[in-house]
Amino acid sequence: MSFAEQAPVLLVIIPLLSALLVNMVGLINRRYCLPVAVTGILGSLTASVITLIRVMENGVISYRLGGWPPPFGIEYVIDHLNGLVLVTISFVSLLAVIFSKESIKKELPEKIPQFYTLFVLLVTGLLGMTVTGDAFNLYVLLEISALTGYALIAMGDNRALVASFNYIILGTIGASFYLLGVGHLYIMTGSLNMGDLLTILPRLYTLNVVFIALLLILTGTWIKMAFFPMHGWLPNAYTYAPSAAGCLVAPLVTKVSVYIMIRIMLSVFSPLYVYNIAGLSETIVWMAVIAILSGSILALAQTDFKKMLTYLIVAEVGYMVGGAWLASSAGLTGAILHIVNDALMTLCLFIFAGIVIYKRGGHQLQDLAGLYKKMPVTMAAFTVGALSMIGVPPTAGFFSKWYLILGAIDAGRYHFMAALLFSSLVNAILFFRVIEIAYFEPKIDHHGGETENIVVDEAPLSMLVPLIIVALSLIVIGLYSGDIVTNIIQHSVPQGL
Amino acid sequence: MPSIISDYNYWIYILLMMIGLYAMLAKNNLVKKVIGMSIFQTAIIIFYVSISAKEHATIPIIAHHGAAEAAIDVAHYANPLPHVLMLTAIVVSVGTLGVALALCLGIYRRYNSLEEDEIQEQLQ
Repeated sequence: MSFAEQAPVLLVIIPLLSALLVNMVGLINRRYCLPVAVTGILGSLTASVITLIRVMENGVISYRLGGWPPPFGIEYVIDHLNGLVLVTISFVSLLAVIFSKESIKKELPEKIPQFYTLFVLLVTGLLGMTVTGDAFNLYVLLEISALTGYALIAMGDNRALVASFNYIILGTIGASFYLLGVGHLYIMTGSLNMGDLLTILPRLYTLNVVFIALLLILTGTWIKMAFFPMHGWLPNAYTYAPSAAGCLVAPLVTKVSVYIMIRIMLSVFSPLYVYNIAGLSETIVWMAVIAILSGSILALAQTDFKKMLTYLIVAEVGYMVGGAWLASSAGLTGAILHIVNDALMTLCLFIFAGIVIYKRGGHQLQDLAGLYKKMPVTMAAFTVGALSMIGVPPTAGFFSKWYLILGAIDAGRYHFMAALLFSSLVNAILFFRVIEIAYFEPKIDHHGGETENIVVDEAPLSMLVPLIIVALSLIVIGLYSGDIVTNIIQHSVPQGL
Repeated sequence: MPSIISDYNYWIYILLMMIGLYAMLAKNNLVKKVIGMSIFQTAIIIFYVSISAKEHATIPIIAHHGAAEAAIDVAHYANPLPHVLMLTAIVVSVGTLGVALALCLGIYRRYNSLEEDEIQEQLQ
């Protein structure tokens, strides 16, 4: 009964119990909320790292909840793929919770206990979705993380309530489609365990109902991840959310939905079915191309910095969906690597946006003017994130894009490659525009005179440290991405597609 | 035609789902949208519950402790699993309904209206 053996379940239970504890200590003194939340997330980060190391040493871990054998009881399955995603989720949420300290004091001073309770519950939901091996359990955790997400977003400024309402309507449609798809699979197989479904389904591959189930589940996850025609809820919800909530929701929720799509494709249906029998590959790659193009073009049209970032998320979702459906090992590798990289890049940019809101009180592009001189460290970290978004080596963003392009060439889908290159170009234009505004244009003084002596005025340390860590990790992951691919991702990607 | 009669439960759930979807996407009033959302979720609950419904079915119990031959025959009991799953789904949908209504309340307090077009006008 060592900690390491119980780690797969502890990584969900620790944040779940600490969410309860945050709420209770919040009644006594709201200053205790943050330390409890940090401890809880730190606990799940430790458990995730231990679990990933055990998976790398001994292979796939199956954890039976309550000791019930798999098709009857709920099973947690951790392989290389979700081990990596688990570490990413807990790492990103740890940095986001540290960042939230000052930002919440300024934006939501009277709602600190509520905010941290929801924050830690959202992390619990995301970790649970990733770790579970049961299709229905996944639905419940999907809704736990969605419900906490709606509430977190609704805490934001003026327009957040309406944005959150639109999100709740569309999010519920998405989750319901997923549930309906699982119901169709259950009628045909009598099982909800993913491993069990994988063994039963091959006999039924010729039936229409299996195809309908796949379509329903895909539609559900696409709505949840804001895949292009279904992205309507995302830009407003993420723009008007409190900046600390945005730092958690924007990097993780869409990425975990992409993980779920890949998990369903590989571990419920098989690569043979999704790529060869279902015959959806070509259509979906075209949809991804349209998603990338529209996300990039819509991002170009924005004057609001945070909204521009949200449209870039829509484009990045197109990268991952397209990569996963290229039906080539390199494409799938790229999609999985991009889940990690995009979570970190988005975190970097959203923390930066949060700092700008903290210092300047707004998130229009004009609010960035003259920042290089005032906040050199912040801007250096932002530049790393921007370069990674564009895909400049040696930052992480370059390598996942590289694998995606290799996959597109392998699969002969040159339109996907063209879309990736176009999107990199648009990102370059966007971020150089931002850098230009921040570098050259000095903030116009209302008295008309030039302000000569610009004082360096950095963000508080608790905001700066997570930003620096995430910027450094983008470079470190870029440098070690070859190792991550050969030691972790390769084990989850079926070879010879 | 025979399939419509024998599979009527599926047709009912599809009809309910479409009503809910229509209300969610086409209605102007936010509370009507929430009602549509509730109908939509209920349709899926009906779908799950109906797939294990059976005429003259009984509950799956073992009549005499441990004796396998005394257990009730599979053909005679209703599969309890979908019903149990739907208990959880009902809890989820009540939670969603609560959050959605709380949002409606917040929106009404701020914009003094629940009509989507009037709120959009104020947002411009």
